[in-house]
Parts: sequence; C-alpha cells; structure tokens
Amino acid sequence: MARSVSNSRKALNTAVAATLGFLIFFPILWIVVLSFKSEGDAIRAPLEVLTSGWTFESYTAVQERSDYFKHFSNSVIISVGSTLLGLLIAIPAAWAMAFVPGKRTKDVLMWMLSTKMLPSVGVLVPIYLIFRDLGILDSRIGLVVVLTLINLPIIIWMLYTYFREIPGEILEAARMDGASLRSEVLYVLTPMAVPGMASTVLLNIILAWNEAFWTLNLTAAKAAPLTAFIASYSSPEGLFYAKLSAASVMAIAPILIMGWFSQKQLVRGLTFGAVK
Amino acid sequence: MRLLNTLIVTTALGALVSTAAVAATTVTIATVNNGDMVRMQALSEEFTKQNPDIELDWVVLEENVLRQRVTQDIATKGGQFDVMTIGTYEVPIWAKQGWLVSLNDLPESYDVDDLLPAIRGGLTVDGELYAAPFYGESSMVMYRKDLMEKAGLEMPDAPSWDFIREAAVAMTDKENEQYGICLRGKAGWGENMAFLTATANSFGARWFDEDWKPQFDTEQWANALNFYLDLMNEAGPPGASSNGFNENLALFQQGKCGMWIDATVAASFVTNPDDSTVADQVGFALAPDNGLGKRGNWLWAWSLAIPAGTDSEDAAKKFVEWATSKAYTEMVAEKEGWANVPPGTRTSLYENAEYAKVPFAKMTLDSINAADPTNPTVDPVPYTGVQFVAIPEFQGLATAVGQQFSSALAGQITAEEALDRAQNLAEREMTRAGYIK
Repeated sequence: MARSVSNSRKALNTAVAATLGFLIFFPILWIVVLSFKSEGDAIRAPLEVLTSGWTFESYTAVQERSDYFKHFSNSVIISVGSTLLGLLIAIPAAWAMAFVPGKRTKDVLMWMLSTKMLPSVGVLVPIYLIFRDLGILDSRIGLVVVLTLINLPIIIWMLYTYFREIPGEILEAARMDGASLRSEVLYVLTPMAVPGMASTVLLNIILAWNEAFWTLNLTAAKAAPLTAFIASYSSPEGLFYAKLSAASVMAIAPILIMGWFSQKQLVRGLTFGAVK
Repeated sequence: MRLLNTLIVTTALGALVSTAAVAATTVTIATVNNGDMVRMQALSEEFTKQNPDIELDWVVLEENVLRQRVTQDIATKGGQFDVMTIGTYEVPIWAKQGWLVSLNDLPESYDVDDLLPAIRGGLTVDGELYAAPFYGESSMVMYRKDLMEKAGLEMPDAPSWDFIREAAVAMTDKENEQYGICLRGKAGWGENMAFLTATANSFGARWFDEDWKPQFDTEQWANALNFYLDLMNEAGPPGASSNGFNENLALFQQGKCGMWIDATVAASFVTNPDDSTVADQVGFALAPDNGLGKRGNWLWAWSLAIPAGTDSEDAAKKFVEWATSKAYTEMVAEKEGWANVPPGTRTSLYENAEYAKVPFAKMTLDSINAADPTNPTVDPVPYTGVQFVAIPEFQGLATAVGQQFSSALAGQITAEEALDRAQNLAEREMTRAGYIK
C-alpha cells in the first residue's frame, strides 16, 4: 500500500529539490552569463554583472583565435572511439563474469576497480615514455587507447551489474535452440541489456569528454581536444574571465545537449534493476 | 590508353615531387595565455608570409599547466615542441642539463647587445645565451593619485617601506571597502613567494647562506614577514590569503585598492579605460626599500627557447629571431600602438621617443634596471634569481613555504610558527637534496 503524502509535504520536497538543483546548476549558469559580458563587466559585483550590457564579443574573439572545430572533432573521436573500443572488450568480459563466474571472478572485479585507485600522475612518466617510443604522443589513437584503459573498469562493472539482472535461463533457452555463442551475445543478451548499455555508453562518453589529465598531458597541437581548448583561455596574469567562460560554454554545450536529450535513457539505465 | 595511363602516372609523380619540394617544416610553439603572447600568435601570419616553407602550430596553455607540460616533455625528450616559452627560473636549470639549444649564433642583425643587460644576464649560462627574451617584467608600486592626494601625501619615485605603510593606513577606509594596499597572499612559488622573496631581499633577508643553510630563523626574515602581515592586517582587503595577481587586479580596477605592488605588466591593464574604472588616476613608483641597498622588486622574462634534439632547429631559430627582433616591436607598434609593444627586453625600445610617451615606460625600465639576479640580496648568496632561487628543488619547497605564510596571513598560525615550519621544511628538503648534511 502506498504511503499517503500530504500536499504541503510534496510542496516542501519539490522546493528543496528545486533549490538543490539550482545550486548545483548555478556555476554553469553563471559561466553562461559571464560569457555574454565584456571583460570589464565580467569582474564587477554580481548584481552589476546582471544589469550590465550583453555582448557576443567573447564568442567572436574565441572563434577568431582558436580552431574550435578541430578541438571539437578531436573530442568526439576520442570520447566515442574510446567508449566503443571499451564496449568491444567489456561485453565479452562482463558476459563471462556474469554468466560463467569462476572462483576468482569477484577478485578479478575488485582488482579491476583497484586500478582506479592509483592516482593518474603515478603512471604519467612511464606512459609518456611508452607513447614516445611508439610515436603516438599527440595522436588521437593514443588517447583512444589510454581513455579506453582508464574507463574500462567502469564499463565492465556497469555491464556486469546489468547482465546479472538478466535471467540465465533465457540464454540457456537460446543455447538449447542452437544459438552459437556469438548469436547468444549479439541477438539475445544485447537487446535485453540495451537500456543498461545505453547508459554505460552515455556515461563513458561524458567521462571521456571531460577527462582533462591525460588529454592535456599527452597532446600538443594535433590531437588536443576541448579540454586543451579551455586551458588555453585560463591565465594567472590577466583577467580573461569572459573569454574563458565563452570557451567553457562552447566546450560543454555539446555534451550538455546530448545529456539533456538522453537523460531518460541515462536515468533508466542507472536505475535498471533497482526494483525487482 | 597507355598514353593516358602514362600521363596520369607522370602527373601524379610530378605532383608528389613538387609537394615534397615545398613541403613545409612544422614548428610547434608552446606558449602561455598572456596578452603579449596572444598578440604574437595573431601576428604570426606575417612570419609565415615571409617564410612560406615554415608552418606554425600553436599550443597555448595556462602558465602552470604549460610549465608542467614542457618540463615533462623536455625531461623525457618527448620532442613535442620546437619552441618553448619559459621563464628566467627554468633557463639556467635547463641549460645546465644540456636541454636547450644555444642561441649564440643568431645573426648580427639581431643585435644581441641591444638586450637589456639584467634580462640578458638571467638567460645566459657560461657565456651562452639559451633563450631570447620576448617580454621582461619587474614589479613596482601602482597607486591611486586621487586617494594619495586626499590623504595629504605625495608618493616619491623611490618610496621606503615606512612610507608605504603610512600611506596605506592613511588611505584605508574599510567601511567603504577602500583598502590602502593590495598584495599577493595566495600560496605558490610564483604567487605570494615571488612577492615575499623579493620583499625579503629589501629587508636584508635571504633564502640560504653561502653554505646553503636555510635562513628563515634569522631576524631579517622575522622583520620582513611581520611587516607584511601587520601591513595587510591594518590596510589590506579581507580574504587576502587567497588573492593572487588576478584577484588584486580586479580589486584595483574596481577602485578598491589605494596601492598595489605587483608585476609591471599590470600597468597596461590598470591604465586601460575599457577595463579599469580608475585608468586616469594611476601613478607609478619603484618598489619600496629599507635603505639597505636592495629594492623589493623582482625580475622575470618570458623567453623563447629551443629544446635540444628538435627536428626543426633552423626553422625554430628563425621564428625565435623574428618574434624577439626589433622589427617585431615596430610591427606591433604600427598595428596595435606603442602601449601594446612587448616591454622590457631591448635598450633601443626605451630610447624610442614614441615609446617614452607611454606613461609606465620609464618606471618599467627603472624597475628592471633596479633588479640584479646575479646579486639579489644584501648579504652574499650561492644562488641566482631575485624572487626565486634557481635550483630545481625551489618550486616544491617555495610552494610549501608559501602555504605557511598564507596560513599566517589568514590568521591560522602566527608569524613565528610559520617561520619555524618554513625553516624545518627548507632544512629537510636541502638535506634530502644533498646541499647540506
């Protein structure tokens, strides 16, 4: 039986949730506001900022100075590429651990997660040297590989959780009907796990898009994605807040729009299996 | 048909050969996001027009990110950059490691003798020039003429610390958010420690004695730190322990600071009427002293250097020569006006009658000339550098010491505790690095 909730309680909950949501979103909103101000107005007190004139000059300046589309296409290739490559490795791995668990499956899962506990900077120099020797510094393929490796534990863990929710009997039935392993994974398992896989893909694209440590350290001019684009507008000697804000808005807009349109998928996937 | 095929093959081969003949050498330049550098990037089309066989790729990064990025690349011989923008701190250290290409063979037309001696000295190791200065800066006092007049005081060209304190207190009106002085408080070797190290020099303090023994337990350091803390508590803005260059610039431009002692490069910002509400009221003076023969100003030059082992050394040298030449200065003056010319590198610029009309030109030159990186302190020291000590350990150590001084400014610890901790940190680091036993 559902618990009854009074209207005033509902109103209070909504108000608290809306306030929290606004507080979390406020920094992004403020960046958007600053991006439409002149440099002089951007450093004024908050109320004066809001009442001062609006301008596109920062966007024009950023467009003139930097090649946005080069950075944008690098970000797309790196984030989508690393997610797809990760998926290619993670689906069989998660399948094996979910449906044919061994004695050490739990340990393997923990070990994979433990690789995320090492601070990235700890392996920066070895990876830099390996990339140098392989000639893949400042290359998109190099970044796809490194971001795949970084996000792989999360992809495997997420898929493993979703796969565990799928009854093994369905796969067994497919096997009894003569489905090969490939057909079983492709035509039986994958369609059932689509919501989970969609949220895994979306979350990993967002993670890869926002990754700033490796993308800044392993790139120079050719493969630099939008994180490097933002970094080029930050300066300890000179107030370029409006331009920095404009660059940030341009960098986060694509992923924000993607997140907005796919939020249903994302939430559905993340809560998949929460209620049985 | 055969004739057609032959024709196609010959044309394709011809195209390949001609492409190879004009194939451009790519020079990748790593630089910081400062106004002068951004201008250089915009004007570099002129260079590529003059040198069609050279292509330029730009990597513009925030100063601290850039420093980490280029250090990592040069130390591992990653070969990602052909020209690097580095400061006076890196040049002597990297040159001693053999990481930089000597620029002693620049042509006579470059006129290396025209470089300001203080700047050139900071970029030269064992007689070899290892980086070409793009712009040089020192620090100086920027003050509000109207507030100074209201306080009934007159700023001398070369003030003492006592006068600065008197003026700061007289100009302070905390109720109306008017603060007599704004100084750096944010922790970092290039933040509060740049200011405090230079200030300490004028109080007779030094980082190390001639045997590399840390000196934070001396009376001179206690005097310098106590003076700074008292001054900031009496006449500084609230929350100063998190203020760096940008925060103070914003305060000054909004008219909230009576005085600001910081980089000379700030002069062009605070006098720009588009951004500054006090643009027509700013005066300049040399950094203060205590009558001990050393002023509290620093010396820094953002310079262009070429990493050893680059594939494009000749093309990189051509670019460095172009960007730091007299002709570049004239081009900037012609296109953007004399106030936007990169300052502080060449004597000829300061002999130019047009440049002399820029309000902060003379004070910038005098400030640069007042700094001596090879002899920065009252008592002798084994290191070079005015606001830094040119040893690899300095970055980490000074940032840790800066955190202590910043905590003291925030009132979390006393000046005595901060100095004690600084002494311990320095002794431990210098022992670990083998300078002392």
